[in-house]
Amino acid sequence: MMTVFGAEEGHYALALACVLALAQFVLPLWGAARRRQFLLDLAPALACAQLLALAYSFLSLIICAIEDDFSVQNVAANSAISKPLLYKITGVWGNHEGSVLLWALILAVCGGAVALLGRGLPLVLKARVLAILGGVSTGFQLFCLLTSDPFARVWPAPPDGQGMNPLLQDPGLAFHPPVLYTGYVGFAVPFAFAVAALIEGRVDAAWGRWVRPWAVAAWCFLTLGIAMGSWWSYYVLGWGGYWFWDPVENASLIPWLTGTALVHSAVVVEKRDALRIWTVLLAIASFSFSLSGTFLVRSGILNSVHAFANDPARGVFILALLGIVIGGSLVLFAWRAPSLSAGGLFAPVSREGGLVLNNILLCALCAVVVTGTMYPPFMQILTGRTLSVGKPFFDATTIPLALPLLIVMAAGTMLPWKRGHLAPVLRRLRLAAFVTALSLLVGLMMLEGILPALCAAAALWVILSSLTDMALRIAPRLDRASTWRARLGAAGQRARHLPRAIWGSSIAHIGVGVTVLGLTGMSQARHDVVEIGIGQTLHQGNLDWTLLAVRQEKGPNYEALVADLAVARNGRSVAILHPSRRDFTSQHQVTTDVAIRTNLMRDLYAALGDAHGGTHDGGREARYVLRLHNNPLAPWIWLGGIIMALGGGLSLTDRRHRFGAPMKQGRTNAAMEGA
Amino acid sequence: MTVTRTVSQRRMTRKTRRLWLVLSCLACFAVATALVLNAFSSSIVFFMAPSQVLKTPPAPDRVIRLGGMVVAGSLRRTVQGQSPVNLFQVTDGQAAIEVRFEGILPDLFREGQSVVALGTWVPGKDFAASEVLAKHDETYMPREVAEALQRSGKWDPRFGKPPSAESWNTMTRNEAQASRANSGSPLP
Repeated sequence: MMTVFGAEEGHYALALACVLALAQFVLPLWGAARRRQFLLDLAPALACAQLLALAYSFLSLIICAIEDDFSVQNVAANSAISKPLLYKITGVWGNHEGSVLLWALILAVCGGAVALLGRGLPLVLKARVLAILGGVSTGFQLFCLLTSDPFARVWPAPPDGQGMNPLLQDPGLAFHPPVLYTGYVGFAVPFAFAVAALIEGRVDAAWGRWVRPWAVAAWCFLTLGIAMGSWWSYYVLGWGGYWFWDPVENASLIPWLTGTALVHSAVVVEKRDALRIWTVLLAIASFSFSLSGTFLVRSGILNSVHAFANDPARGVFILALLGIVIGGSLVLFAWRAPSLSAGGLFAPVSREGGLVLNNILLCALCAVVVTGTMYPPFMQILTGRTLSVGKPFFDATTIPLALPLLIVMAAGTMLPWKRGHLAPVLRRLRLAAFVTALSLLVGLMMLEGILPALCAAAALWVILSSLTDMALRIAPRLDRASTWRARLGAAGQRARHLPRAIWGSSIAHIGVGVTVLGLTGMSQARHDVVEIGIGQTLHQGNLDWTLLAVRQEKGPNYEALVADLAVARNGRSVAILHPSRRDFTSQHQVTTDVAIRTNLMRDLYAALGDAHGGTHDGGREARYVLRLHNNPLAPWIWLGGIIMALGGGLSLTDRRHRFGAPMKQGRTNAAMEGA
Repeated sequence: MTVTRTVSQRRMTRKTRRLWLVLSCLACFAVATALVLNAFSSSIVFFMAPSQVLKTPPAPDRVIRLGGMVVAGSLRRTVQGQSPVNLFQVTDGQAAIEVRFEGILPDLFREGQSVVALGTWVPGKDFAASEVLAKHDETYMPREVAEALQRSGKWDPRFGKPPSAESWNTMTRNEAQASRANSGSPLP
């Protein structure tokens, strides 16, 4: 049979994409330097061609996986005939080679998006941005081709694949990597804009307006990706935890912190033409952290010296690539940044001042997380002592920095640009402040510990002040006595006319508050590990957990032990949970399948451990280990993440912030001016 | 009050404004540094192999990561009230320490395979583990455990797969006998 999407075809398409990316890197830069119009015009076409080639390549790999072509090493190592179709597809990016290819594909999608959506951009700037994206693409496609070829064949082809880690056989994890990668890679666009601006030696308000939507879009995806990852670890790992401060998780948090700072400082560039050099640096930093996060940590250079030693070529290639991209852009920054003139002035108490404070605190948070993540491996190399830092370290360092950030966040959005006064803002927030103070008192009495009460109050303060801000903005003037209906109509009118960016930022801030409330709730979570027999009950506060029965079930590629667990609150039945334990026969691996019942205010969370004594099928004397959690406000953590991303998405639909919104000057005019 | 503030802000020159910015940056990073140093002094967790723990016991309230191989046949389970208790021994081929853990052992926990336990140790008592980690598959061993075994001279990861569970048990037994014999003899 003739194959159209075979391994060799995919491999060829990947090589073709790499060549196209190289052309996309070199030709437009050359054209911009020599002012050759046709070379500049070539950039969008090359970006689209590269995207098509790479999409073809990725599709080929997916088809190899669907067709169970075990002569492809990657498929043989990570798939199996018995695997459900969905996981055959998603398994393509569940391993190193496939994930690098996905990474490259998303980068190409970003390039294509700039080419197609950035119609209003000046020609030279657009060509340079696409060239930088092409350059990064070239590097990673070479990495894919030379050191981690996803299309390598194996001979003789095994009759069946080795299957995938059962932990990864989960819908949450299937879609977590693409979303997270889109977030990581999305910061390549602001990075490319920053480098292009450095080459041009010009950063102005228009640049800020062009960069901001890309930064916001990447930030939304990263936020969603982190939330999905955290949710996955919550319900799959079965420990009832949502964040373990492990290097891989921190690697996603670090670019999120700088990315959040970037989204805010880009506003200052756009509106006030200030903080320009700083914003360029943040754009470079966000992408650099994304890159080093995905590749340094995942390739195991920091985490495990052995993974590095196992494949020196891969490690050295990654280090060289990171060195070129990060080092190169920083050298360019050091060389060109002084030539960018300082921006506008502003008073400490002003919207800009608030945003600067936001940036300082976010960067301090970022520095703390970087220190906590990098210190252990460095001490390991320097002194040979193995040590680790965990939750106690990060709690003690991040919370004191996050609290002032939350407090400032509320008032910042209500300050006017350039120069403002705190007193009128505080006067408008007096109701919110009163309720917050009240809640702090209640929190101190109800919650365990002072810190959770402070965090909860700060989160409430953010939510209430954001709501107050929105209410004041849409409240109609009350100078004449009008009917309720008329007032509501007027408020609706004003709400519709309010820029969507303002709605977006308020909603995103509310999302932050919701997440912090969720985190605070989880600090009050309670769990018990028990070993009970059938018919026995655990009393946990006002909850009674009763083990009704345990039975065996058969799944497509596993056998499961399923428990029926009745939960009653104050004697009234609330839910019946079915935690189970899956034994994947092909891999001799066992996974716990957690049962969660949520009413949005608290999660009942149960995990089944192993059985002891008696027979497995529910003999009288059999006893089962159960882990039973009562997690207040747990879903709010991820709900807040979704609200944040929604807020970001809403501000993207603002007419003024659409990608490549048209600028005032004529197109060709700006092109020549920029060159 | 508002009026005076306005006047003072107008008087601010470019230089004073920049100074304000720099000072707030410095203040913030000073606070961050202080927080980090403070947290480092109290919440760093060191990794130790059983022989190290016996040689240089950590402070009784100090949390450490104890790592090594689970001695085959050493796992015992009991129940206290309603909570399950796991007792097992961890060895690096030179010495073994009894670990006591209340809770569910991870799915990948196996006798004769590597493990890391988080907890405190008081001489003469069991290691009280608050957390047991075995998040690695059959072919992978945590780096710190591999290095501890390498340091104990019992296995070098560069030379192939780790020895089987039985050979770890014999190694530990032989070492214990040897050290007993050593302490009995007047000279090393």
